[in-house]
Amino acid sequence: MEAIAFYTFAILTTVMFTITVLTNHALYALSALAAGMIFISAFFFLLGADFLGAIQIIVYTGAVMALYAFGMMFFDTTRVVVESRTSPQIVFGLSGLAALTVVAIFTAPIVSGNIEALYPAIEGVGNSQMVGMVLFTKYLIPFEVAAVMLLVAMIAGIILAGKKMDHSLTLMKEEEIERQNNEKAQV
Amino acid sequence: MMEITLQHYLVLSTLLFTIGLIGVMRRKNLLMLFFATEILLNAVNIAFAAISSYYGDLTGQMFAFFIIAIAASEVAVGLGLLVLWYKRTGKIDLDAMTSMRG
Repeated sequence: MEAIAFYTFAILTTVMFTITVLTNHALYALSALAAGMIFISAFFFLLGADFLGAIQIIVYTGAVMALYAFGMMFFDTTRVVVESRTSPQIVFGLSGLAALTVVAIFTAPIVSGNIEALYPAIEGVGNSQMVGMVLFTKYLIPFEVAAVMLLVAMIAGIILAGKKMDHSLTLMKEEEIERQNNEKAQV
Repeated sequence: MMEITLQHYLVLSTLLFTIGLIGVMRRKNLLMLFFATEILLNAVNIAFAAISSYYGDLTGQMFAFFIIAIAASEVAVGLGLLVLWYKRTGKIDLDAMTSMRG
């Protein structure tokens, strides 16, 4: 049963991310990426990390994808995206890097065969409760730092994207908007 | 059917990471480049959750949480910069960003 679920979701995620990477339409890429994120949360549920799965759906497909969707309203997304032809040196270097990553990922568990659980899972306690117990004792300071970092990112996002937004298009009259567009066209 | 081991998850994670790297290599549009980096972060998250589950340790899940938090703030700042750049130049292609070339 677990094997069927694993292979199904593995194929689905791979296909979705391949579409994201290879398509020439930004809208297809966005939709495929959102679907892939939801399928990835299935792995977290399979692995018993329920809280992480819920966070994955809420944060990635809820917040990050919505942010991308709003961001895409600024850009011309109907245009077909032209792709670059990178130099062979860069492709070679990055492929080598990818191969090295593969080797490192596969050898890491073998090298550290005597791995011991730092914060072992407690029997009879749900995943969310366990996460809370570890997060608010051992990882409290990183948690608070992450909170401050999110606040800084929010302020940065508002300041960067909010520039020249001092006149509201919804409150202006039609003539005012037309006049402004004409001024822009003349410049 | 056979049992799913840690290696299965690590192979999948590597596969998704490689897909993300291919995306980083071939994209010229900055928005699509952001999508590829999201794939990279997600691939690593799968590996963290799998190792955490198979060793009965919660540290991996904690790191996955912090990666998600970092990804969220990265998107906020990155998209802000991207919107600003698009307003100034009307392009979000990497090739157009060569103003510091000597």
